[in-house]
Amino acid sequence: MDTTEVIKNWINKKSEVLDLGCGNGEILKILRNDLDVTALGVEIDNHKINECIKSGINVIQQNIDEGLTNFGNKSFDVVIMSQTIQVLKDPKKALLEVTRIGNESIVTIPNFGFWMTRTNLLLSGKMPVTGTLPKKWYETDNIHLCTIKDFENLCEECSINIIEKRFFNDRGHESFLTNSVPNFFAALAMYKISK
Amino acid sequence: MSEIKTVVTPNSVILDGELNLECGKTLTDINLIYETYGKLNQDASNAILICHALSGNHHAAGYYQGEKRPGWWDSLIGPDKAIDTNKFYVVCPNNIGGCHGSLGPSSINKETGKHFGPDFPIITVKDWVRSQSRLSDYLGIKKWHAVIGGSLGGMQALEWSYLFPKKLKKAVIIAAASKLSAQNIAFNEVARQAILNDPNFLGGRYLDSGVNPKQGLKLARMVGHITYLSDEAMRSKFGRELKEDKLNFGFDAEFEIESYLRYQGDIFSENFDANTYLLMTKILDYFDPASEYEGNLAKALDAVVSQLLVISFTTDWRFSPERSREIVDALIEAKKDVSYLEINSPHGHDSFLFADEQYVRGLASFLEN
Repeated sequence: MDTTEVIKNWINKKSEVLDLGCGNGEILKILRNDLDVTALGVEIDNHKINECIKSGINVIQQNIDEGLTNFGNKSFDVVIMSQTIQVLKDPKKALLEVTRIGNESIVTIPNFGFWMTRTNLLLSGKMPVTGTLPKKWYETDNIHLCTIKDFENLCEECSINIIEKRFFNDRGHESFLTNSVPNFFAALAMYKISK
Repeated sequence: MSEIKTVVTPNSVILDGELNLECGKTLTDINLIYETYGKLNQDASNAILICHALSGNHHAAGYYQGEKRPGWWDSLIGPDKAIDTNKFYVVCPNNIGGCHGSLGPSSINKETGKHFGPDFPIITVKDWVRSQSRLSDYLGIKKWHAVIGGSLGGMQALEWSYLFPKKLKKAVIIAAASKLSAQNIAFNEVARQAILNDPNFLGGRYLDSGVNPKQGLKLARMVGHITYLSDEAMRSKFGRELKEDKLNFGFDAEFEIESYLRYQGDIFSENFDANTYLLMTKILDYFDPASEYEGNLAKALDAVVSQLLVISFTTDWRFSPERSREIVDALIEAKKDVSYLEINSPHGHDSFLFADEQYVRGLASFLEN
């Protein structure tokens, strides 16, 4: 399965879904059309917000780094944070907020322990540039990259339950290898968590 | 290529029946002056209502014959503009209590044969929305495609969304607040005191005596005008520029900002009615939909079924982004369809009048999605 299919499998029909860092609303559109969810996105980029509005996706222009206190405790069935946590100033706080707002949360991270990232750094001696992390160190928004191990340790430290997890290669698919040694073979990890 | 100037003319209607006001009084023979732009389609589904703000009126777009200045929101309303009159039929009335042709304090009271003046009842945002709803009945519009307003106009759009939830598809609430802050009321009070203490105010009966409390109205407008601009906008537009190259060590207007404010105040005081100004500031002060629900705005907005777009501007300090976010938060809590845009614009509260690219794009996308 690919990432979108897994997300669809993890979300019940007619759920209330909040997507933090929703981009152009791609995932929310799919969830709205296929699962009839009530969708709300949070995004900071003007152009992406306009794409959401064009598609009729409700979107709030908000900087996640400035807090999410406007969302009540357990006010959404599911909170999605897809490949966003690594661009935030305080990922730990964000993770706690995500699990406070959602009954369940789906968090996706790019895995810095991915073999291509490791070998890239090892062989070139330079900050890795890969398909999942395509920008150079000075132009990337990713300021808090972590590995699968790091993320799971943080969850444990925060007493956050990992309900399910899935691992994907750099083409966004699951495979025998990604499932056997995820911290080495997975480019992307997806977690269903709660607190 | 020079822009084609659309010439517009106002219409007027006398609304059927009485209007029972929130204050307990009743108005009859309510005359409303309004303008329309674009064409109403066959099933009357493309109509947009524009609600004006404190000093606004029904002349929102286009040009009057021979006039050089267009309507107050011409930057946003017109062919291919944010509110596209090639697609939408746009209606903008002058509200009750106004001074540009609709029933207001400067109208003649049939019972006395004199101007209403201070006897004109205190209107509320709810009263306005009810009168606008009567106007929609008259125009054959069962459901507005959208109700849109900035500032005090945004408060009317918000009121529409829960007072007549099924009579609009979308609402756009721009640079507004769900209630005034103490600071907002304080500024209004200074404006009122300026008018009330003008020797020509005569307890509000100045029209019957053929005078105008021009100085008071001018001062009120000058204070108001400061709150519409951002510090940044004032600095970049005027800075500390002097009219002459030297200081004159006196109290005449020396700095450019002084003469600008005096000029704006003069123009305004010649074209606006002091009683209307007083009334408008009271309407602003009284607006507080949450007050009937123990301060719970989410509960007040429970009836909303339309899609809402809330827009604020980063440099607006009269109704700051924080005030708009209060509305947005309540709508999210009440699980309503809401989107929110925070536009980076240098013009302060007045930003809602400018066709900033992001603002135009967001508004147009929302109206057409």
